[in-house]
Formats: sequence, C-alpha cells, structure tokens
Amino acid sequence: MTSTESLIDRRQLSYIAAQAADARLNVELETEGMTLNIGPQHPATHGTLRIIARLDGEQVVWAEPSCGYMHRGYEKLTEVRTYPQVTALVNRIDWLGSFANEVPFILAAEKLMEIEAPPRAQWIRTILFELSRIANVSLFLGDLGVQLGAITPVFMAFRDREYVLNLIEGATGGRFHPNFDRIGGLKEDLPAGFVDETRVVMKKLRNFCDEMENLLFGNEIFQSRTRGIGVIPKDVAMQYGLSGANLRASGVDWDLRRDQTLPMAWNKVDWKVWTHPDGDSFARCWVRLQEVRESTLIVDQLLDNIPSGPVMAKVPRIIKVPEGEAWVSTENPLGEMGYYVVSKGDLGPFRTKIRSASFNNISIVPWVLKGVYVPDIITILASLYFILGDIDR
Amino acid sequence: MSTDAVAAIPGDTLRERIVDDLRSAIGDALVDSFVRPGDDVWVRVRTDAWRAAGLALRALGFDYFCFLSAIDWMPSPFGKGEDDPTAPTPERDDTITQGYAGGDTRMQVLARVVHPSLHVGVNVKCDVSDADPVVESWIPVFAGANWHERETHEMFGIGFAGHPDLRNMYLPSDFEGHPLRKDFPLLARIVKPWPGIVDVEPLPGGSDDEEGDAE
Repeated sequence: MTSTESLIDRRQLSYIAAQAADARLNVELETEGMTLNIGPQHPATHGTLRIIARLDGEQVVWAEPSCGYMHRGYEKLTEVRTYPQVTALVNRIDWLGSFANEVPFILAAEKLMEIEAPPRAQWIRTILFELSRIANVSLFLGDLGVQLGAITPVFMAFRDREYVLNLIEGATGGRFHPNFDRIGGLKEDLPAGFVDETRVVMKKLRNFCDEMENLLFGNEIFQSRTRGIGVIPKDVAMQYGLSGANLRASGVDWDLRRDQTLPMAWNKVDWKVWTHPDGDSFARCWVRLQEVRESTLIVDQLLDNIPSGPVMAKVPRIIKVPEGEAWVSTENPLGEMGYYVVSKGDLGPFRTKIRSASFNNISIVPWVLKGVYVPDIITILASLYFILGDIDR
Repeated sequence: MSTDAVAAIPGDTLRERIVDDLRSAIGDALVDSFVRPGDDVWVRVRTDAWRAAGLALRALGFDYFCFLSAIDWMPSPFGKGEDDPTAPTPERDDTITQGYAGGDTRMQVLARVVHPSLHVGVNVKCDVSDADPVVESWIPVFAGANWHERETHEMFGIGFAGHPDLRNMYLPSDFEGHPLRKDFPLLARIVKPWPGIVDVEPLPGGSDDEEGDAE
C-alpha cells in the first residue's frame, strides 16, 4: 500500500467517524456538493439539451441548461433565401408541428404585401394548423408517461398520432415537413375525401384524450409526482415571456388565436380557452390535454362550413415584398411563435428575428429548478415541454 | 376582416395614446415613434434611457416580455453570397437606412413588450453606437431578458451593462466574430461557391448564343 492511498483511507475513516459523531449529537449532516450532468443525450430531453445541475444532497442548488447543440443559424440563413424558400427552413424549427411554423411567417409577408389569402385558404390553413397541434401535443402526452415510468401511453400516442400524420400527408404530401403554405394562399386544394376522413380521425383523437385522462391523469403516482411540483406564479411567467399552455397553466387567460385579429378562421367558430390556476407541472400537462380535445372540436366545426372558392390569391410570379417591418405571431403548439420580418423591398428578407416559444419557455429553467429534488427535474422539464429545434433555431 | 378592423380605427387612438403615455413618462428620451393603425407601435428611445423606457412601459401595464434582439442595418457587403468567385466583386449600395421610427446608428437594439389585457404590443428600439456598443441590461425590468441579452451579445457583439453573465449561448466560448452582423460572411457560401453560379446548364432547345460556360 502506497502512502497516498493510506492517507485517503485515513481521511475517509476520520470523515465517517466525524459523521457518526454528528449523528449521535443530532447535528445536521454535512453534505458534499456535486455537479450532475443531464444530457446532451437523455431520453427526457427530446433531443440534445444539456442541463448542468449543482446538487446539495438530493436538492438542486443551481441548474443551467446548456444550449447550442442544434443551433443551425436560421436567422442568418433567411437573409440569403427568397421569401418562398424560407418556409422550407422554418418547417424544421418545431418539427412536430411543422405546418404551424410556416403560417406566421407567411402572414408576416402577406401583411407587408397587403394581400390576404382567400377565405377557403384561410379555413384550410386553420384546419392544418390545428392538426399539427394535435400531432404535436398528442406526442407530448405519450412522452409524459415515459418520463414518469409508464410505457403504455407512448404506444397509444404513436398509434393515434399516425392517423393525424396520415391526414397531413394526404393534404400536403409531407408527413413531417409539409412546406405547403404559400404567400397568398396554399399550394393545392384539399384532396377528395379529406373532410370525411378527418371527422373519423377527430373522433378517434377525442377517444384518445379520454383514455389519457383516465389512464394518466387519474393515476395516483402521476398526481403525486406532478401536483405542487415546479410551481410558476403568474407574474414570473409573464416576466420570462412564457407562452402557450405554460402561461395558461399559471392562470393567465391568454390565447393568441382568440386575442388577435389574424386572417385565419379561429374567430369564426366557437371554442374555449382552458386555463388552470395552480401553475404546477400537473396544471401544464392538464391544460395541454384539454387543448388537444378543444382542437378536435375546432377542426370539426371548421369542416362543417369550409367556404368554396380558390385557395390562392393573385400574386406575381416573382414575389418582391415592399419595404417595411412586420411582426406576426400565432399560438403554436408550443406557445407564441413569431417572426419579426424586416424587408428592404428585396426578393428575400433583410432580417428575420425568429421568436420561438421554447427559447422563452426554457429560459425559466434556472429559476424553476432552484431547490427542487433530483427526480422532479425530469417531471418539470417534461411538463414545460420544449423541442430542441425550437430553442436553438 | 383585418382590413375592416383597420378601417374601423382611422387614427388608431388606442395606439397613439400609448405613445403619448410613454412620452409623458420618459419625456424627451422618446426620440421617435411610428404607429401602423390597427397593427403595431414602434418607438425609439435614447440609448441612455433604455432601461428607463422599459420600466416606464412596465408601469403602463406592459407586463409581458416577448423578445429582445438587435438589427444590423448595414447592407451586406457579400450580397446573398451568390457571386461568382472568379468575377470581379460587384459594386453594392452601402447606404444605411433604418426602418420604422428612424435611427442614427448602424445597429439598433429591438425589444417587444405586450399589454396582457389590451393585447397591444410595443416594439422598442434604441441606437447602439459602433464605438461603444453597450446598452443597459433589461434584467431588472424583465428577468426573462437574461437569455435574450446573452444571445444578442453573442450574435451582434452588443454589450449589456449590468448583465451578470454574458456567456455564449450557442457557440463555443472561443468563437471569433458575431455571426448575425452583416459583415460576417455566411461561411457555407464562402467555402463552396453557390451552385447556381457554377452549374449553369443551357436550357434544352434554347439558343446557345450566350456561350453557356463549358467548364
């Protein structure tokens, strides 16, 4: 035995002895801090988010996400693209609800050009927008189970999400990246049989929501692991710019589908904005579940009265957008997704600021993880719900 | 539908009142403003009043922090990166023209805050000098500005006085340059010339008078 080893040995022994003495004296045990690295490859992070957490025993003292593993520089890339080419890029920001990413950018370009899509195109846009929300959030509900140790919900989610993806593929030709929205309307009209098929699928999805509500949200383990965990009060949520279900779960009645006048069809139908007063992990998950169900009802109502007519307005073959600045944001599956487009009257944007929902939603992580226990880190991250492409862009 | 909404508010008293309220709160620190009726408000504030403008907007009820970023108004010296590398560099217009609410400098910081019950947003801009690109941090106004300022510092090289930790958000810490500045070339188009330039194929049946380059 070398001398250093015996030294370590002696130190350890004296440490244990001191601890035992402390325990006898009923003194609080001294714990040693440690740094826990979660990710970049972790099943709970939907991609490559790395979280560095400084622990004291089981409690988080300080935690900080480390982004950039998927930074693709879309803001820079839009500056060398033409307006119609940008939709292919922004499809890949939130890849689970791709169509919803295209809409605000196209609306911003249309606002600068002072044109509006024909009513039929607005209707179909809204339907596809809600379908991508259903596809996105149903996967969240399945994934939520996995992160809490239940494997069944994810199979159910993938099964039912497939029906929605088939619909999106049927209408647009792309399962994940439709690239279907055009300045002035849509690429094509709906295929034959889309309306009837969608009705059937919406019924299946409502069934899925009921199953999830019973299986997951009624589960005692699920409730005890999410209720009262990761509480975000209203004013903190507003300061950090949280949006979507995360904001509504903190009791803020805020939905950009209702609160703005956009050339879309949401204000033509009757629906409800769900909020929850608690602001904890359970509330965030619960609001999302209700929103999927509400979305199926929106789609059903929209299918009843799709106006007839063209799906494309008259636009020039080569699109030049007049000089100006425009901001358009919509209520995407993850939250507020907006584009600040600066045009110099060119073929492509001069500058595009992409305000993605997950970047703001995840910037609250250092605040909300302070003081929580290690197993709750995963629950809180899962309930905040982010997509890596949406953080890093 | 939205055109009707614009017609219904000819002068947009709501948004003009917001500008007036802000002007009475921060005085002549509000340099310029622009209102597009029924749509949005732009204001430009003096650089030294950046934080004061944020606090004044919060006092007016603009509690929701949307984003903070910057704009580099210089036209790109590289165009769209589609130039033929063998041809002489084309001449480009390099006059800097700022957007709504004007400006005097090449770079401007831009932030957006929203009123949660009126559902009206305000885009706040302020000039950033080239020699000393520093503005006050907005963290005391909105805690969520932290990450946005880190991102802006990394991408534009604008400093934020009072920010605790302006580490890089995405790029390695030893990365040189600020990618979203216009004078930072898009490297993908530098290392490999734009294929649209070199792979010009003559159209089938088209006239070959123009000497479609062989090599």
